[in-house]
Amino acid sequence: MDLKLDHHSEDSLTIVDVEGEIDVYTAPRLRELLIDLVNKGNFHLLVNMEKVDFLDSTGLGVLVGGLKRVRAHDGSLELVCTQERILKIFRITGLTKVFGIYASVEEAKEAHGRDK
Amino acid sequence: MATVELTFSALPAHVRTARLVATAIARRTGVAEAILDEVRLAVGEACSRAVEAHRLHCPSEPVRIELRDDAGRFEVTVSDAAPSEEPKPYVLETDGAFEPDEMADLGVAVIAGLADDVEVVPGPKGMRIRMSWPASANGLAAI
Repeated sequence: MDLKLDHHSEDSLTIVDVEGEIDVYTAPRLRELLIDLVNKGNFHLLVNMEKVDFLDSTGLGVLVGGLKRVRAHDGSLELVCTQERILKIFRITGLTKVFGIYASVEEAKEAHGRDK
Repeated sequence: MATVELTFSALPAHVRTARLVATAIARRTGVAEAILDEVRLAVGEACSRAVEAHRLHCPSEPVRIELRDDAGRFEVTVSDAAPSEEPKPYVLETDGAFEPDEMADLGVAVIAGLADDVEVVPGPKGMRIRMSWPASANGLAAI
């Protein structure tokens, strides 16, 4: 399955919906989108990964790169993910300590609202 | 011992194909359904690393995969032709203030976390990553 990307803004939060496989072939498209969003002043990103079928270390690298970019603007990049197969790679690499990972978009929005 | 060999041009688009082939043969070999996702991810990581190394050093050379049913183990060996050194250990600080810069070695760290038997052999003529998982002795997993 290819990668589908969509995004929309809710208040100060930009929600990026990702569907499909994030690997060495498709990850550059996600990287371009995150860079474009940051360049346009979107510094609080929520990446919804509930429809991601596959994620490898290339995809992790893109997310880490996005996190660095938003942090340079005192922003945030957090994730929505409940799939064990995807969460496992975050645990193996210790990146669960780096990213805020939420069970739903609503939960992430509530947390973002509290942090503002 | 049954062996499937696959070579592919060092293009990112082919890594998905390699993952699918490896997963199909793993299932056929008798790897439990519960760990097929691990096989898919580990083979993808090894192939992605090889493709990136070839794109830097020898883009016209193909990447090679061997998939072997060996005495109750499913063994995969991914070989590339790009000169390589020992992968740097991947270390993440726990305070969350640090994010890894060397994502290239992250792939090897992921493989080590997924396969219960991994051997990484770097060298001037290329790197070989061999990994294996338990498979049913009769070759075909119960469905």
